[in-house]
Amino acid sequence: MPELPPIVEFRQVSKSFGEARAVDAVSFAVRPGEFFSLLGPSGCGKTTTLRLLAGFETPDDDGGEVRIDGEVVNRRRPYERRIGMVFQSYALFPHLSVERNVAFGLEEHRIPPTEIPGRVERAPGLVRLAPATYARRKPHQLSGGQRQRVALARALVLEPTILLLDEPLGALDLKLRKEMQLELKTLNRQLGMTFIYVTHDQEEALAMSDRIAVMSAARVAQLGTPAEIYENPRTEFVAQFIGEANLFGGVAGRAGGGAGGLRPILQADGRDLLVPDHPGLREGTEVRIAVRPEWLDLCAPGEVPPGENALPGTVGDVIYLGETMHVVVTLAAGARVRVALRNEGQLLNPLRWTRGDAVMVAWRPEDCQVLEPA
Amino acid sequence: MTRRLPGWLVALVTGVFVLLHLPVLVLVAYSFNASRYSADWSGFTLHWYARLLERPDILRALRLSLTVATVATVLATVLGTLVALGLARSGFRGKRMVEGGLYLPIVTPEIVTGISLLILFVAVRVPLGVGTVIVAHTAFCLPFVAVVVLARLRGMDRSLEEAALILGADEATAFRRVTLPLLAPGIMAGALLAFTLSLDDFVITFFVAGPGGTTLPVLVYSMVRRGIEPTINAVSAVLVLLTSLTVALAARVGGERGA
Repeated sequence: MPELPPIVEFRQVSKSFGEARAVDAVSFAVRPGEFFSLLGPSGCGKTTTLRLLAGFETPDDDGGEVRIDGEVVNRRRPYERRIGMVFQSYALFPHLSVERNVAFGLEEHRIPPTEIPGRVERAPGLVRLAPATYARRKPHQLSGGQRQRVALARALVLEPTILLLDEPLGALDLKLRKEMQLELKTLNRQLGMTFIYVTHDQEEALAMSDRIAVMSAARVAQLGTPAEIYENPRTEFVAQFIGEANLFGGVAGRAGGGAGGLRPILQADGRDLLVPDHPGLREGTEVRIAVRPEWLDLCAPGEVPPGENALPGTVGDVIYLGETMHVVVTLAAGARVRVALRNEGQLLNPLRWTRGDAVMVAWRPEDCQVLEPA
Repeated sequence: MTRRLPGWLVALVTGVFVLLHLPVLVLVAYSFNASRYSADWSGFTLHWYARLLERPDILRALRLSLTVATVATVLATVLGTLVALGLARSGFRGKRMVEGGLYLPIVTPEIVTGISLLILFVAVRVPLGVGTVIVAHTAFCLPFVAVVVLARLRGMDRSLEEAALILGADEATAFRRVTLPLLAPGIMAGALLAFTLSLDDFVITFFVAGPGGTTLPVLVYSMVRRGIEPTINAVSAVLVLLTSLTVALAARVGGERGA
């Protein structure tokens, strides 16, 4: 795919409230048509980042550049940006009927009054609300899911090139949320519109996004596709915030100390772990590595496949999760790890392991991620 | 949820209500009394109300009261709403002090307000009259309007205004199409409150009225000084009716949810 110029770009953008930096030198670029998520825990700066893009906040005086379509828009008012937005609270106007809510933007954009009813009716996202149910009703007479759709329709009816979504599914129940996730993804593809999505729900971000900017403490901790973020988390924060991660530590050994570009990580108990060599590794320094539960396997002592890392431990809780089984193992060194095993059917092929069994937790050296120092 | 209240509490509440409202009821009842002396009841009459219409001083005072209340309400409502918007929507140095200063007149004894306004008017050599009454009424009604509107503003979701902005409305349009309609019940309730406060104010008016500023309450006071006559009962009943109507209207508007 040829690289298109970014539709949205943040260059070293900073925003402070009093002494506190809400957004600190944040940079990223969003491609046209992309489903781009800002993911992070509450207070990480993701909502402020979105508000800077919407024009509800202005960057600090020396706070970098917000660009839309290549133009610096730092001081441009929200109504001069041609952006759509779906708010967390939906922000439907309570004194207007649903129809008038959706028509609001059209009226403000001087669309001829004769065209408005037709455009309201065809508004994407409204299609699944029968006209009779919405036209005359006030927002408070609708269910949460219906309100969500109206909020979406109100933004989409203006056909903006960029749609901002601020945790729009947070208030919906799980089933409806999954449904809306799919629908949003479909809308993004069909309309060719750029979606910028703020969420604290990592599962949601992984499921929907083309790319994710993981934010932590006012900065972008990592930016990449869901697979890159999940499989190659760069920091301990990212490893633990997205999915589950088992963390191991040790001291880096000599380069080439293992075969085939592997490097040993020396552990206190003398059981060295092998990891893929990494340009950031220096002999004698502390190293942390992350291993996803499904990258681990359990074997009986003495059955560890040759060349794999292995640590002894004792089986604790076994958690039935449907498609996987999570086994919590307490390592001899004291740490607890989670091992995810495929569920082969507990009725026909029950798991070999029960509480108290002595096991080896094993994984292939390449199935781990060396983390950058925090 | 209904719960049986203890007997003593019921008795206490009843006592308070009787003490508060019985005298007013008696007064209203006696305004229909045919006897010239309030002590004995000698039959129903509208005579005293008819007499009101023949008294130009009473009619003039009533007209003045309504004029003052209307003008002061409009001024206090516009200014009070602006104060509330300023306090809720912008940050400036000394904001907390301004807000504190806003509440102060509500708790200041009326007599103090009255005297200090009188001193002020005398000091700046403004002749006392209708003008000073209107200024004084606007001043003491303003904080009430501001407080009511401020409460409504603080309960309003900021993202509603932001939604209007991102949908293409500039600040003025967003205010006109979204903020103002949502604020309207609060502004209306504040205005009605101001109207009743102005209509029945005596203490402050008494100090700043001067010769041309005799409102109805001030007139009633001067009539009482010359001895109770049944027309006073009728005038008072009219005053009670006017304020009760306004309060009832305010309660209805203020009680409106959502909107």
